[in-house]
Amino acid sequence: MNGIHDLGGMHGLGPIDREADEPYFHEKWESRVFGLFFANFAQGHFNVDQFRHAIEHMAPAEYLNTSYYEHWLHAFERLLDEKGIVTAEELDRKQAELTAGGA
Amino acid sequence: MAHDHNHNAPPSDTAMRVKALETLLTEKGLVDPAAIDSLVELYETKVGPRNGARVVARAWTDPDYKARLLEDGTAAIAELGFSGVQGEDMVVVENTDDVHNMVVCTLCSCYPWPTLGLPPVWYKSAPYRARAVSDPRGVLDEFGVTLPDDMEIRVWDSNAELRYLVLPSRPAGTENMSEDELADLVSRDSMIGTAVVDTPAS
Repeated sequence: MNGIHDLGGMHGLGPIDREADEPYFHEKWESRVFGLFFANFAQGHFNVDQFRHAIEHMAPAEYLNTSYYEHWLHAFERLLDEKGIVTAEELDRKQAELTAGGA
Repeated sequence: MAHDHNHNAPPSDTAMRVKALETLLTEKGLVDPAAIDSLVELYETKVGPRNGARVVARAWTDPDYKARLLEDGTAAIAELGFSGVQGEDMVVVENTDDVHNMVVCTLCSCYPWPTLGLPPVWYKSAPYRARAVSDPRGVLDEFGVTLPDDMEIRVWDSNAELRYLVLPSRPAGTENMSEDELADLVSRDSMIGTAVVDTPAS
């Protein structure tokens, strides 16, 4: 399928930004997302192809405006919700709870 | 001392979202936060381009190893103890006097984790993925690499099944260097193909 992820040859995306001595993770949440991938994978909640498929289904503008680990988070949310393991409502509720608690 | 730019900022919505997800999965007994800690530490400290540099230095100093590496990358890399997730099927492509190789993943971010670690942001970025295949010379120029006009550039598009590692050319003037010293010369980018290995300044 030709989607927004199929970026080879696309014009107008600007210069390549590089960072010297770049850390593997720029924010702590990125490292948690990275680790959650293995946990979810090991539990058999999804395989790599399903994971990529979920990323490739992102809305094009959102895909281009979000970072790599945000793509991963998007895929987790979609796949775990589809399988009823963590529903979107549950996640919204927990996020609100943690935010209100100042965690 | 550098100030952490997030030090006083409230956690972002994304950070909270991730925390909520990890908390729920932990409460359901599906995730062990300590296991995530260990995994993150492993990829932050043990798995990285120093592994790939060992492979390159061995290939530069041992012709039999190099032959095995080009014949069956996965097995030859495993000889040095590097294998696992995102390195299950490795192809090593050799730079020569006539050919320069460069690696991209236009569709996503496929990258050989066991030998290079986790990819830098630019490798996963839209501009690199778009232009590596349409204008590799322009990209190399941005990276400060100028190749002779008659040198062929081959761009390899990685995928979920197959990962590439570039075997850079051994620079002149390194004939007397040990394998360890050679490994120190090999940069991450030279194994992606967006850099070359220069003769060390004496």
